[in-house]
Amino acid sequence: MDILSVADTLVQGILLGSLYALFALGLSLMFGVMRLVNTAHGDLVILAGFFGVFLNLVFGVSAFTTLIAVVPLAFALGYGLQRGVLNRTLSRDPLPSLVVTFGLSIIIQNLLLQLFSADTRSISAGGLESRSIEIVPQLSVGVLPVIVFITALLASAGFQWLFSSTRIGRAFRATSDDGEAALLMGINNEHLYALATGLAVAVLGVAGIFQGMRTTISPTDGPAQLIYAFESVIIGGMGSFWGTFLGGIILGVAQAVGFRFDPGWGILVGHLVFVAVLLIRPMGLFPRTSG
Amino acid sequence: MTSTPPTIERETRASRVTRRSLQALFLVSVSMPFWAESSTLREFSEFACLFLMAQMWNLLGGYGGLVSIGQQAYVGIGAYALIGLGNFAGVNPFLAVGLAGACAALVSIPISQIVFRLQGGYFAIGTWAMAEIFRLLVANVAAVGGGSGTSLTAVRGYSKWARESITFWIAVAVVFGSLVMIHRLLQSRFGLALTAIRDSEAASESQGIDVRRTKFLVYVLSAAGFGVAGALYFLSILRVSPDAAFGVQWSPVIIFMVIIGGVGTIEGPLIGAILYFALSKLLGDYGTWYLVGLGVLAVIVTIRFPGGLWGFVEQRFGLRCFPVERRVVARIPLSGEDHA
Repeated sequence: MDILSVADTLVQGILLGSLYALFALGLSLMFGVMRLVNTAHGDLVILAGFFGVFLNLVFGVSAFTTLIAVVPLAFALGYGLQRGVLNRTLSRDPLPSLVVTFGLSIIIQNLLLQLFSADTRSISAGGLESRSIEIVPQLSVGVLPVIVFITALLASAGFQWLFSSTRIGRAFRATSDDGEAALLMGINNEHLYALATGLAVAVLGVAGIFQGMRTTISPTDGPAQLIYAFESVIIGGMGSFWGTFLGGIILGVAQAVGFRFDPGWGILVGHLVFVAVLLIRPMGLFPRTSG
Repeated sequence: MTSTPPTIERETRASRVTRRSLQALFLVSVSMPFWAESSTLREFSEFACLFLMAQMWNLLGGYGGLVSIGQQAYVGIGAYALIGLGNFAGVNPFLAVGLAGACAALVSIPISQIVFRLQGGYFAIGTWAMAEIFRLLVANVAAVGGGSGTSLTAVRGYSKWARESITFWIAVAVVFGSLVMIHRLLQSRFGLALTAIRDSEAASESQGIDVRRTKFLVYVLSAAGFGVAGALYFLSILRVSPDAAFGVQWSPVIIFMVIIGGVGTIEGPLIGAILYFALSKLLGDYGTWYLVGLGVLAVIVTIRFPGGLWGFVEQRFGLRCFPVERRVVARIPLSGEDHA
């Protein structure tokens, strides 16, 4: 294998991984703030993607313009979901929140199947999806994957800044450390949890549109995206958004390397890297507490 | 006038009625291959698999606090152990159902070392990721047909009646055997520890219960049960593929049965399994809308009626069909009654 194809595999893996990072940020935020694991996470990505497909097909809205509608709606959906449903499931027992979010996952998948059938769809980005830039001869990168990469980078930086340097981030951390004490200090936990889920789902809105532009989506694709997001968080280590970003990149590179050897092994190699990290460094590769 | 001293009892009137009816049902069902339709036998086998899965998931999630979305890993391992033992090793396929449970238990030991590093919700998704790994691994094995799967050829030597009857009898043994076994288990010292963990993990730890070991044992036991259920299911339908065996579609069904029936009781999964089975026969044709309905029901029950159907009945009527705890029964003589 020559150096160019190695470089190509690495670059494609990094770009793919940045999309996983975008899926994973919200999972990391929600777990960090309220120890909630949303098993409908991946289905929300696909839901946003299909909303983009709908706007694109029915109203002819261009791919990037759909973001103007999708992102605020995703935020509102996340906020409402947390306030109306998920807040009632929060307890030391993980069972209620898992069952409820798993129920939501089944509901979203089957409603999408009913509305859009099992066909795969994609969002047309007016030719942007096939445009690429040549870095050196025989090594080029797609314009769209680079846009995804930059977005994931900015979103990670934004989450890290929000969490560590703003008033709302301080409130997030306070609730995360001790919810009852935070309540006594005048923090409205219910509102705060809803803000966290709103933010998480808003990012999923962006991720869903990108997913729909980059590749095809079908109603039952959600669970796979949830697992990639989860593996990114665990590989990266909990409590750090940069860790989550790098975890996504590592997963993406592992899959790209696997695909290079055999198309049947790509996803599997990613899973195996996750298992290896869990066995060798159960805290993840870049946990906040180790620094 | 003297009064009899209070006694400690475990049996209730409901439990005596339940036991007698189950004994009668058992005798009736054993004779079914001689008079019932073969489609009825097949449906009962399917029910037995779902019932065993519900009980085993409840033991794990309801008692052990280990909520898993990945028990299909052991359904698949049980199914492929049946194929491996029956088709390749020449083991009697009916005997292989039990061995498949042992295989699943064996595999679950190293897997537990991986997934036990995760807690709560992450444990749930971790188990799911493990099931995906098994699915992808098996899909890459050409000897068992890769992604498109393979047939159970080991049963070719048996007549249709013999095959269906023996499968059905295994299913009967699974349903009644697992009920008795789980009831006994929960009455034992181990069951007491498990029930204590269900109620409070911290408190049971402080009472000297080895929480980690108890959880490990219940995880392995649950895997064995899922392995048997998986092998029995595919013994009945005779064809297995990685997607059918290791697919996540098992999880909503199992969770629905346990949650609707009543989590953390023996009666709950039984009622849940019967209800789910009836609903899927009645409304299964509605496909996606039916599944949306199940999802909505699971969400509402979890938030509004966390005890499920059985929790409601138990609270309302004080019924205990499978009593685990002992009660003090005081016999207060009615006034005017002569006890001399």
